[in-house]
Amino acid sequence: MVKLIGRRLIQMVLIILVASLLLFAIFDTPEFKRRLAVQELGGFAVSALSQDAYNEWLARRGLDVPFYQRYFNWIGKIVQGDFGFSYEKNRPVGPLLADRLANTGILALCVFALMIPISLTLGVLSGMREGSGLDRSITFLSVFTTSIPEIATAIILTVVFALGLGLLPAKSAMIAGFDPWQLVLPVLTLVIYDFGYVARMTRASMAEVMTSQYIRTAILKGIPYRRVVMKHALRNALIAPFTVIVLQMNWLLSGVVVVEVFFEYDGFGKLLLEAALFPDVEVVQACTLVAVVVAVTSQIISDVGYTFLNPRIRFS
Amino acid sequence: MSMASDTSGGTAPAAQAGEGTSQIPVLECRNLSISYFTRAGEIPAVADFNLTLMPGESHGIVGESGCGKSTVALAIMQYMGRNGRIVGGEILFNGRDMRAMSEEELRLLRGSQIAMVYQEPMASLNPAMRVGDQLAEVPIYHEGASKEEALERARAMLESVRLPEPERILRSYPHQISGGQQQRVVIAMALLSSPKLLLLDEPTTALDVTVEAGIVDLIREIAAEFGTSMIYISHNLGLILETCDRITVMYSGEAVEVGTVEDVFEAMRHPYTRGLFASIPLPGADKNARPLIAIPGQLPLPHERPPGCNFGPRCDYFKAGLCDRGEIPMLPISGDDRHFSRCLRIEEIDWHAGLGEGIGKVATEKGDVVLKVDDMTKHYEIEEGALFFSGEAKTVKANEKLSFEAREAETVAIVGESGCGKSTFAKVLMGLEEATAGKVLLGNVELGHMPVDRRGPETISKLQMIFQNPFDTLNPSHTVGGQIARVIRKFGVEKDEAKVQERVLELLDIVKLPRDFALRRPRQLSGGQKQRVGIARAFAGNPAVVIADEPVSALDVSVQAAVTELLMDIQRENRTTLLFISHDLSVVRYLSDRIVVMYLGQIMEQGSTEEIFAPPYHPYTEALLSAVPIADTKVTKRHIVLSGEIPSASDPPAGCPFCTRCPYVIEGTCETEPPPIREFQPGHRIACHLSEETLSAMQPVIQIGDGTEKGDKGDEVSPAAAAESARRSDA
Ligand code: SF4
Ligand code: SF4
Repeated sequence: MVKLIGRRLIQMVLIILVASLLLFAIFDTPEFKRRLAVQELGGFAVSALSQDAYNEWLARRGLDVPFYQRYFNWIGKIVQGDFGFSYEKNRPVGPLLADRLANTGILALCVFALMIPISLTLGVLSGMREGSGLDRSITFLSVFTTSIPEIATAIILTVVFALGLGLLPAKSAMIAGFDPWQLVLPVLTLVIYDFGYVARMTRASMAEVMTSQYIRTAILKGIPYRRVVMKHALRNALIAPFTVIVLQMNWLLSGVVVVEVFFEYDGFGKLLLEAALFPDVEVVQACTLVAVVVAVTSQIISDVGYTFLNPRIRFS
Repeated sequence: MSMASDTSGGTAPAAQAGEGTSQIPVLECRNLSISYFTRAGEIPAVADFNLTLMPGESHGIVGESGCGKSTVALAIMQYMGRNGRIVGGEILFNGRDMRAMSEEELRLLRGSQIAMVYQEPMASLNPAMRVGDQLAEVPIYHEGASKEEALERARAMLESVRLPEPERILRSYPHQISGGQQQRVVIAMALLSSPKLLLLDEPTTALDVTVEAGIVDLIREIAAEFGTSMIYISHNLGLILETCDRITVMYSGEAVEVGTVEDVFEAMRHPYTRGLFASIPLPGADKNARPLIAIPGQLPLPHERPPGCNFGPRCDYFKAGLCDRGEIPMLPISGDDRHFSRCLRIEEIDWHAGLGEGIGKVATEKGDVVLKVDDMTKHYEIEEGALFFSGEAKTVKANEKLSFEAREAETVAIVGESGCGKSTFAKVLMGLEEATAGKVLLGNVELGHMPVDRRGPETISKLQMIFQNPFDTLNPSHTVGGQIARVIRKFGVEKDEAKVQERVLELLDIVKLPRDFALRRPRQLSGGQKQRVGIARAFAGNPAVVIADEPVSALDVSVQAAVTELLMDIQRENRTTLLFISHDLSVVRYLSDRIVVMYLGQIMEQGSTEEIFAPPYHPYTEALLSAVPIADTKVTKRHIVLSGEIPSASDPPAGCPFCTRCPYVIEGTCETEPPPIREFQPGHRIACHLSEETLSAMQPVIQIGDGTEKGDKGDEVSPAAAAESARRSDA
């Protein structure tokens, strides 16, 4: 177990290093350097610069040293928490990123808090009695909600609850400080889009477990059905959904741009999109790096958790 | 058609069943019919099934796959799944109809009054729950015991099923103990609340034969000690003979014959039962003098059953106008104890006539040595913890210094249980693995170090393989003819396309498949037919040596005989050398000329078939012979049950690999020193430390008494032998 975690951690560091190298190399071209100069000094000023002056600027920014040295400088700064400067937002990337990550964290937490109980309950209920009326209704609902794009859900919800009934704010920009009401619509949109997938995974896993021979053994040794489900089935049936849920972290981090943009919610996804359009090189680099770290971490949690929950693997 | 009304049951053979007619049966199935309901409609699984089980009685149900025997067991448990339903008849447990019971009443019966043991112990235990917790549930939920009390009871029961270190097993997860131990745990679970009725559904099919022998022993003891009534479901007639008083033979959803084991084994009165016995290799059957007689045709699918007698299309005594009309009832056999047969022509068939055409065949002369294996060794290195943390490498000795020869037209059997290395050996021969040391010579080509991609088509075509599972080796999207033709072209047997096609049809003739099968796809074939295609493919390149890896063990008994005979015929015709890899000593005895007995990667004994089956024995051979169940009441066996399990091949004992289980082990020698190989006759070699005198003084394990008088059930455990084996297991 410890060995596994250790091995995974080393892999994680390696993956991150490789990713960061790639990320650095992509943006380390003369064009991007020039662009940086434009952002810092202004377009006219740069076009007026002589080659010597430009070289001098490069030297001042530490951009004239060999590639590997530039890379290590960059990594070194990041390790110290200095992610560079956002010219679009006109503030250092570090605090900017922290703000946005916190916002996305709040959003993701709310989504998880709703989605996990809903989808697990529905999945278990429908997997327990495969083929029953309840199972079919739940399956239909899950397939239906998952197949509607988030943007459509977002529009419908806004039209009904914000514009129609006027119960909820239509935008979630939180200009006047944090307002929980503004979270409702984005969270709902994401939950509606996402719960079906997890519910169907849970259903499949539960249905498989319920037809397994050890469940038959448990029933035929005469223990109450409730106990069969709670003690014998759930433990085994929830292993697969667990890994799926952990991997949803990735999606909630960077896959929900549409919803964030639609509701003007200042999250991580929106930041990444804006930075990419501008293009705000150092923000893009920082965001991508964070996304990689989260992806690798969630993969580790999911792997290690899976091993931990599954004694068959844990002890062999 | 209720058997309960039959009063001739006074002389029930089971001593415990007593003489009293006043006893109510523990279980009674009356005219039971079970169907499955699918989209395609109702599929009848079992029809008109009757069974009466008296207290203390053991009743066997035998039949081939799909005959409905397991369905009966699950119906008794009232556990039919979502689409199974009892559509007629009743099941009485202690006189009460189980169909009228509520879910809660059933729950109280299950696991306390009626318990079940399953075919696959690993799958039947919850992988994520400790064995102790799974066992403890039984007393907790049936008797309201406290957790401590329940665990203590579980521990005691693990001891009664003779598991070593019960404390450790209580704390283990199922995958941490061996298959034999798992099955003992399942049996312990079933016995925890002293059930009145124990259902055993193929309880040893997934286990090795020496482990099986231990479980069978345990089951017999349980029956004697607790007086539990048992229903023992199996496809193996030998096991039923060893465990049961009465037997039901099922065919295609119906019971076709019921009676005491003696009556059914010695005076069977149904053509199917008779066919079944003629198609299994019993001692005395011989591939040349007395070949097996296969039942022609194959099992009908449930929705394609013929009108009238289900066995009609395969029956030699079929009479149009009689056998193909209406329902055939179970008819009593006069003079026997509750003996019934579902055949209309019981009186007309001459049951004493031999089964006819057992055409004797001429034994083939063996030729020169074709395959020579010389000190062949295969070791695997397994590294613990790949990537970054390299642990210490472990060596698995899959094959250790194998030496033997096979001649032209000879059948050499390689026998052993799981982990004995027979599959690794086959892989080295086929070039899928490279030998670590030693030589494998085919003619004068060295194969041990020549992987398959470096072998020319010539060499490959000379050495072909038939696999256990014909299902896995045929490409589902190509026609049968196409697959055979590919092999012919690949080995350059024929170049001309017309000739290739001709050869394909010839091969189909040889394996006795209709020529139009060339256009079929594998999924349209039955298991037996697929195996015939597998054989055709193997012989397409005129091989010198064919390795057959358990070629019939996945097939039904009545089909096995036909495929076995076919293989023998082709071999005779082509003078092929056959390496027959198997765990089934009955088949091996029947068809092989020489036998190589392997254990944990090493050859323990080798010799001609007669030499292996007669003393002197290697101690492992002796135990193996004793462990194989034989479906013949005239056979008596010496009773040797090995304790313990087969050790892992990654951690074999330093000396004799068999020393952890050997009843003769010589303390201080066997564990540390590899045993010497001694030659008793030319070609008969035994690897053992025992002195020649001791080995030579061994008594035969299997003896065929003349046992002509009826009711002489072979008593496997002679008191002397029992005492002997007790002494050994103490030592
Ligand atoms: S009823 Fe007819 S077909 Fe059926 S087993 Fe008897 S003789 Fe054969
Ligand atoms: S060498 Fe020893 S342990 Fe091995 S079979 Fe002979 S007596 Fe038994």
